[in-house]
Amino acid sequence: MNILSAWLRSYVPGIAVDDRQLAEDLTLRGIAVEGVHDLGTSADGKSNGHLFEMDITTNRVDAMNHYGIAREAATIYNLPLAPLDTTLPAAQPTAQPFSVEIAPEAQSLCGRFTAQVLRGITIAPSSGQVAEFFALLGQKPISNAVDASNFVLQGMGHPTHTFDLDKIDGGIIIRLAHKGERLRLLDGTERTLEADDLVIADHTKALSIAGVMGGWDSMITAETKNILVEAAWFDPASVRRSARRHGLHTDASHRFERGADFNGCPTANALVAKLILQSGGAPEGKLIDVVVPSVAARTALRPPIALSLSQIQRHLGATLDDQPNHSALTADLVRQYLTALGCTLTEAATNNQQPTTFSVQLPSWRLDLEREIDLIEEVARVYGYNRFANTLPTALPVIAHPLAAAESAVRTRLLALGYSEAISSSFASDSDGTAFVTTNQQTPRGLIALENPLSDEARLLRPSLAPGMIAMLAHNLNRDVREARLFEQGSIFSGSAEEVTESPSLSLGLTGDPPATRLHSAKDAAAFELKGVVESLLSLFAASPDELSTSATQRLTFAADAPAWLEPGRSATALLNGVPIACFGELAANQREARKLRQPVYLAQLDLDALYRLPLRRATAREISRFQTVERDFSFTFADAVQWRAIADAIHALAIPELTRLTPVEIFRDAKAGSASAGKYALLLRCVFQSAQRTLREDELAEWSTKLIATLTALGGTIRT
Amino acid sequence: MAIMNQSIPELESYNEADLERAFAALQDEVRRESNELRSIEAVEQFHLRWLGRKQGRLNLIGEAWRRMAPAESMKPLGIRFNELKKMLISEIEVAKAKAILGPIAEGLPSEEQANLVTFAKRRAGLSPIDITLPGTVRAPGIPHPLLKTMNEIVAVFHHLGYSTALGPQVESDFYNFEALNFPPNHPARDTQDTLLLAGQQAKPSRDRLLMRTHTSPVQIRSMIAQAPPIRIVVPGKVHRNDAADATHSPVFHQVEGLCVDTNITFSDLKGTLDHAMKALFGSSVKTRFFPSFFPFTEPSADVQISCIFCSGAGCRRCKHSGWIELLGCGMVDPAVFASVTEARRKLDPADDAYNPEKITGFAFGMGVERIAMIQHGISEIGHFYSGDMRFLEQFA
Repeated sequence: MNILSAWLRSYVPGIAVDDRQLAEDLTLRGIAVEGVHDLGTSADGKSNGHLFEMDITTNRVDAMNHYGIAREAATIYNLPLAPLDTTLPAAQPTAQPFSVEIAPEAQSLCGRFTAQVLRGITIAPSSGQVAEFFALLGQKPISNAVDASNFVLQGMGHPTHTFDLDKIDGGIIIRLAHKGERLRLLDGTERTLEADDLVIADHTKALSIAGVMGGWDSMITAETKNILVEAAWFDPASVRRSARRHGLHTDASHRFERGADFNGCPTANALVAKLILQSGGAPEGKLIDVVVPSVAARTALRPPIALSLSQIQRHLGATLDDQPNHSALTADLVRQYLTALGCTLTEAATNNQQPTTFSVQLPSWRLDLEREIDLIEEVARVYGYNRFANTLPTALPVIAHPLAAAESAVRTRLLALGYSEAISSSFASDSDGTAFVTTNQQTPRGLIALENPLSDEARLLRPSLAPGMIAMLAHNLNRDVREARLFEQGSIFSGSAEEVTESPSLSLGLTGDPPATRLHSAKDAAAFELKGVVESLLSLFAASPDELSTSATQRLTFAADAPAWLEPGRSATALLNGVPIACFGELAANQREARKLRQPVYLAQLDLDALYRLPLRRATAREISRFQTVERDFSFTFADAVQWRAIADAIHALAIPELTRLTPVEIFRDAKAGSASAGKYALLLRCVFQSAQRTLREDELAEWSTKLIATLTALGGTIRT
Repeated sequence: MAIMNQSIPELESYNEADLERAFAALQDEVRRESNELRSIEAVEQFHLRWLGRKQGRLNLIGEAWRRMAPAESMKPLGIRFNELKKMLISEIEVAKAKAILGPIAEGLPSEEQANLVTFAKRRAGLSPIDITLPGTVRAPGIPHPLLKTMNEIVAVFHHLGYSTALGPQVESDFYNFEALNFPPNHPARDTQDTLLLAGQQAKPSRDRLLMRTHTSPVQIRSMIAQAPPIRIVVPGKVHRNDAADATHSPVFHQVEGLCVDTNITFSDLKGTLDHAMKALFGSSVKTRFFPSFFPFTEPSADVQISCIFCSGAGCRRCKHSGWIELLGCGMVDPAVFASVTEARRKLDPADDAYNPEKITGFAFGMGVERIAMIQHGISEIGHFYSGDMRFLEQFA
């Protein structure tokens, strides 16, 4: 909304400060001026003042016009606000007053309806102040009758409407529309009405949608001779409903939705009539003013509310201007501010002849003021927020969030392992939702759809972090960034329209092949890196609340099956105590193809809900043996079918307590290099022996070696020489 | 090889004097040649030339001179050849050390010169490095700049005695709107375009599920769960049905705060946020409060900080105003306490913990994206959600 400083000043002639200071002073009182534009000078060398771009909060509909803002300025500077001149030329008498009726079912929706008949008017271009201010606002004048409504709207804020009187059949009835009733509006569109649309109608047809937009058939044209001026008060919710239903957001609906001034109707009506009559014509009869008392009682005639000075201090606290035992917010100041804003204050209680409580009659244009706290805000606002002191409440002890330590441990570990933190979309497409929903055996988890999604690609709440992670990896690959390690901690959603479960989840994404290791070939290294990360995360947690120093990794097993979005044979599920907690591996080839990814990407997904049920591991230190360790390496050839798990289990089954570490050091699968023949692999295995009590003897070492060799041989291994 | 064809010196006789002269000449020859050795390759050539097993000069001379030698001269001849061989080995070692050490050898103090060979052996394999080559690092992961900022904000309030509270992203209309004094069909709801869950029409308005549009519902959840005093800080993700542009995203993050107690005043709100902004942006930052409107606070305020780039002088980043708008806040509206009381009375009909005559409170909320964008000069909000390594690596 734009405001002219010249127009404002016409209502408060005594403002001493310049326009920029005025804009600043208004802004600091909550009447925000977002931009100040110099309008130059007029032909006679007089300054045109400035145009203020306003940002008025939705509760202050009374300040969405020049007069309302002028009232704020008058309050700030403690100056008088010029009254609006509503005197009309002498009226022609009429034998039969124009008929206006509010239908019984519409009485709660149209609280007041004023109508003035004007006859013998001339449709002409606007002149005078209207033409001048419209030019400064850059607003195109249309005709005196149409401009009058706009001018009054911007001047004092009440929406009005002008009808071509000769198009009205009989009189006005404010009623609910008939379902299916049709009405062509001023914008030329034809609308089909619903039974709860409030309309202004004549005795045969609807003329306009109340408070939203006038009708085509009764609009002012160049031929119009007689006019009916309407200024009314409509129920905010009713106007809002109709405006939304018909997709119309008009200047009028914007104001009615936020609560118009019940007592502004006659004023606005007279101001419009007066402007039109400047080009000739005369009013006929008196202003017709139909009031619904029950609506008046809850708007203009609201009962007064009590405001006590002690409550002002209780809510607002100390100001910079306070004297000892004496707040700067005195009864006099409170009376001055609220009176200037349009309230009427009477003393309700006193102490030593000083008022302590006021009874405050509220202005009809401030429907946002309802309670004592609203008046306290007005006092604070006008006084100036920045004149309050800065004080601090007492502090309370901080209680750590139950998951904070676990979350922080996971995050810190992932960062240390080289994974960067990422945030992806909360949404998923239908196809991704179906492809990535993870199910456990008992209950397939439901997908959650949105009623009004942002796009077709975002119709679901994500059931998994994986699609978002793939999208981020793809984003990098599509920009020639070929190496990325990312993780995201976030919520995933499942359930039904009745109940939604949000679970914390973790995704890991890796692309750009890590180098081969002594155990893994280059093409497998990424999958094993992810396995390592999963194990590393699990190692932060204890196996159970009763075993705080035992790593959860001791309860971890791996199964070769995984969700379908991971490539079979190159993916796995990690199970904690036999229950799936994570899966990882290479993205399935069909998914990769569908996304046109130029290189393999590897993903892991971890159920943080399950992980966070475990306590963090609390390490218990063991004594470090002072006796020497002995290393023994064994080099064997095995058939590919013999997995490491079998070898490790067999050796552990020997139950040699002095065997402190068993490590597969190196694997050769390269038949060409002669290290292993086809279908077989060579394994270099390292055993570390140590006793906590003594130095190991050659004979026992030899015995263990013999046992080990026998065990490995029994597994089908051949010792290499 | 050509060098092997050098002539064998003539030996005049096997008497002591002639032997002495002949070996002295050979020693001179060795010394002269070894002084010319500059590279490892040259030393190795020299080694081969003199000590080569078959064609080595020492062997060839030895064979030639021994062939004619009388029996009694064989022993002194052998002694002299052994000495010459020792000398050769020593010369080779020194020459090799000099070649390895290069210029370092000349710079050594005299006492080290004597131990040149030991010194060189200690350094063998420790070849000099090109220190201008790039360093290597096992790159750690990068904390997300947005979450880093969010954690910083939360930490500031932890230090002020606020505990972290969290809430769900899928909320009911009651928590997100109604209890926060946004009545159904109220224009205030227009300011927060809402993503609704499908299949909610049949439910009463307050039970309909939606994506929370702000972190404020956690205020309600916390107050229903807990009697005053309350000091909570609420970081979280929120969603709005907004078109994305350079500074707006349908998904963004907020940090919310709530303080409820006896005798909490507007000046406490001012003091708290002034302190928090100074903690976040530096002690020279000033704050400015001006009236605003939020349905769940009364009085409501917007807070600006003096521009951290120009200290208030006016620059491009503060649009030449000298101020940057950063957060919204206000005193908790009594209507919010009334909603909380209504909910608490379902559990305990006598509950009066949130009687607005006894307690007051304040709340505040800020957009994390905006603050992180200001802190780091980020112009596109979309970078935060792209996972783009080129973006993230700047914050390593």
